[in-house]
Amino acid sequence: MKLLTHNMLTSKIIKGVQQGYPLGITATKVDVKEVDFNPDFVSRMIPKLDWPALCKAAEDVGHSAELPKEVVPEYETNEEFLKKAHHVLLQVEVIEGNLVCPESGRKFPVNNGIPNMLLNEDEV
Amino acid sequence: MAHSSHGRPERSAPPEIFYSEQEARKYTSNSRMIEIQSHLSERAIELLRLPDDQPCFILDIGCGSGLSGECLTDQGHYWVGIDISQPMLDVAVEREIECDLILGDMGFGMPFKAGTFDGAISISALQWLCNADKKFHNPPKRLYQFFSTLYASLSRGARAIFQLYPENSAQLELITHQAMKAGFTGGLVIDFPNSTKAKKIFLCLFAGGASQQLPKGLGTETTIERKNQISFTEKRERVKQIRGSKNPKGSKNWILEKKERRRRQGKEVRADTKYTGRKRKPVF
Ligand SMILES: C[S@@+](CC[C@H](N)C(=O)[O-])C[C@H]1O[C@@H](n2cnc3c(N)ncnc32)[C@H](O)[C@@H]1O
Repeated sequence: MKLLTHNMLTSKIIKGVQQGYPLGITATKVDVKEVDFNPDFVSRMIPKLDWPALCKAAEDVGHSAELPKEVVPEYETNEEFLKKAHHVLLQVEVIEGNLVCPESGRKFPVNNGIPNMLLNEDEV
Repeated sequence: MAHSSHGRPERSAPPEIFYSEQEARKYTSNSRMIEIQSHLSERAIELLRLPDDQPCFILDIGCGSGLSGECLTDQGHYWVGIDISQPMLDVAVEREIECDLILGDMGFGMPFKAGTFDGAISISALQWLCNADKKFHNPPKRLYQFFSTLYASLSRGARAIFQLYPENSAQLELITHQAMKAGFTGGLVIDFPNSTKAKKIFLCLFAGGASQQLPKGLGTETTIERKNQISFTEKRERVKQIRGSKNPKGSKNWILEKKERRRRQGKEVRADTKYTGRKRKPVF
């Protein structure tokens, strides 16, 4: 699971959970995979992101050192900024671990890089 | 999936059982399957009408081993796939698909924050949601939960395109009814409705925004559109395939063809009249 996906994931499909965002991460295995840098795509995603949630996620997986704490003005033309965002959003991947619902504490296991968002009968 | 020759897999077992490790491998290594799924996916992506030359963020629902999503990658888009079968997703990981995957059940809802995706596609998967595979499953409720959470996860004006194999018209009616109830507009686009082999059904949904025109089915003259209700009984006429014809540029037929192409993508096009493509008198 890339941190871009994590930034979009919620647990509000659980009955009774209001926001379910952002999900906590406890990772036991994190990988870095090379992905081609596409400045257009990264720029387009910036306004959709919850930046503080991204910073927190990067911290949780031990990759926050390079990431600016805030979105810089005129980021569209700031290649250095976009490259750092690209790295954290698309190259860092949680392979094994858990996502944790901030409201209910419910854990969603991540196996083989795939978060398991299946619910039990009583959570629907 | 070749529903005509193999019977309906939806009737044999729940999807997470049917798409076992063995089936996942068989499915993904079958060259005919790959060809069919790519073809369907390309048409669905055409119907999405994404902005030109812009990498988009797309959701692939029932993504399986990634055959449909790969077509998105080929066109320069980024995507997240969700599927209920771990074996199918494991095959996708093995094939080093360029995207991100989630194990989830459509019927539980789409677990994303509001406005995440620029569009969604779903190839040969939605009909599975009409089954009640567990005692607590209620298909109308699951469909509604699915569509309402999908609606929220799309950006305003985005489209969701579903290629599906409904078992009968009642199923199709239930699906579209629940989609409209969840706030979508749109309707069905049926390609080659008069051919038993080539006929393909696409449910095209629009998530709010400015009103959009329903794209035209291939090999048809009329598509079916209702704002709230969809009927499936309208007469359709056969029309010659227009692609690849050689009308001289600027001629009446050339203009009609071009308008036809744009209609198929669901773009705004002025109605054809007797004045279309007529030579203008020189003005003095
Ligand atoms: C025929 S395959 C299509 C896979 C892929 N879209 C393609 O074109 O190759 C149908 C997929 O739908 C998935 N599916 C069925 N029911 C589902 C559900 N309730 N939630 C999520 N995925 C489901 C199955 O696991 C299977 O991978």
